[in-house]
Amino acid sequence: MNELPTAARETLAAFAQAGSWEQRARLLMQRGERLAPLADDERSEANRVAGCESQVWLVGERHEGCWQFRATSDARLLRGLLAVLLDRVNGLEAAQLAAVDVSDWFDRLGLGRQLSPSRSNGMNAVLARMRELTAG
Amino acid sequence: MLLSPWRADFPALSVLESQGQVYLDSAATAQKPQAMIDALAGYYTCGAANVHRAQHQPAERATRAFEDSRIKVAKWLNASSPTEIVFTRGATEALNLLAYGLEHLIGAGDEIVISALDHHANLLPWQQLALRRGAKLVVLPLDTDGRIDLDAAQRLIGPRTRLLAVSQLSNVLGSWQPLQPLLNLARRNGALSVVDGAQGVVHGRHDLQTLACDFYVLSAHKLYGPDGVGALFGRGEALLQLRHWQFGGEMVRVADFEQAEFHAAPLGFEAGTPPIAGVIALGASLDYLAGLDAHAVQSHEQTLHDKLLDGLRARRGVRLLGSPQVALASFVVEGVHHADLSHLLVEQGIAVRSGNHCAMPLMKTLGLGGAIRVSLGLYNDESDLQRLFTALDAALELLR
Repeated sequence: MNELPTAARETLAAFAQAGSWEQRARLLMQRGERLAPLADDERSEANRVAGCESQVWLVGERHEGCWQFRATSDARLLRGLLAVLLDRVNGLEAAQLAAVDVSDWFDRLGLGRQLSPSRSNGMNAVLARMRELTAG
Repeated sequence: MLLSPWRADFPALSVLESQGQVYLDSAATAQKPQAMIDALAGYYTCGAANVHRAQHQPAERATRAFEDSRIKVAKWLNASSPTEIVFTRGATEALNLLAYGLEHLIGAGDEIVISALDHHANLLPWQQLALRRGAKLVVLPLDTDGRIDLDAAQRLIGPRTRLLAVSQLSNVLGSWQPLQPLLNLARRNGALSVVDGAQGVVHGRHDLQTLACDFYVLSAHKLYGPDGVGALFGRGEALLQLRHWQFGGEMVRVADFEQAEFHAAPLGFEAGTPPIAGVIALGASLDYLAGLDAHAVQSHEQTLHDKLLDGLRARRGVRLLGSPQVALASFVVEGVHHADLSHLLVEQGIAVRSGNHCAMPLMKTLGLGGAIRVSLGLYNDESDLQRLFTALDAALELLR
């Protein structure tokens, strides 16, 4: 647990308190509202993640070796899912990032089903885009 | 409270119920009656054998059961002969068979006519055929109720039309299409006609001698049968126009290293080992369905559909897509993203579909990124709808 970024530790503690689907949904929506915004010109075709049924945009930048992602969507719960993903991965170096077990992270939050292969919500496409961005 | 007298015939319904799941996605695939499951297990348990090949007794038994299914499908559709039924791996494969088998009839500048509501399976094979041959794909527009606009069809179906391919019942809008006038238009212009019956065949019996299309395709898995099986009906003279498209075992009459001669339909279009167990199981599904009181089934489905529409309309901000007549209803809610709503319905164990429903061009025409679709089977009842509405209310309260 110690290896988790601070934001991730807070997120994990919050979701551990959420016992019902309503509480999880409320938490997700709250997290989604706290996403760092994207400028209008960042919501571009180039930053749009293909393969999502909702619109998702993702940008990633490297500062002093650490990756910082910003993302948003037109769907609220998906914004929440993006937020809890970014809590886990932001601020990591490329090697640390590659080692993150994202499905384990979502399982710990009680959100494991959101990554299942049958879901077309786009989280898997977001992860693929992150790998593309950080591979280069 | 409206109950389905056939629910107990489908073992999955009680299993899903025990898992807290309400199945409202039958337009994607239907649950299966015990009779079909028994036929599938029975074939494997009692001895599998390949069809149309060996002389031994298991093969004879399998071939007879397989060909019995062809007779049952022919009867179900009132085809004039079982030889008008070709088994395929699904409706999609049947449509691809047609798009390749009829390719030689399409020339540069010819027109292939489809409609704005067709499923990708009845759009892409024709689009690709048009691209291969330099032909033009003409798309019939819809009226506000979600039916193909007949005035426009009158203008668009003409002497250059070689083929008309339309859906019988929309998988998004739940609207029956005006097939008779469209088929008449095609015939008057000397065009072949293809009807995609994937959704339509599930709701009511359709007499193909009355319908008078040249080809009709269906998928077994939506018709309470197994997946991996479909059927293509081709009117006798229309089947003769098809060129062979897949080559392999048992479709060939005489084979040499340099050349070969092939069987006519149906066997000439069933290359390789067909889905034998599935075809036999489809026969069992049709036997099961034929044993039901068709009138009672239709009236149950209609009453349930009315209740679905009433319930949706009673909720603030719900907008139905088109004017659904049977089987399903798609909707959006003002100010609420369909993906959010679907997320929360799924959380509550409501199995509905959300997205573009394999009809991306239609959703674009409607100006929507997606919608939620609720679809019904003959096993659904009012308790399923009540759970849907309770979940819908809870989800909307949270999202607003």
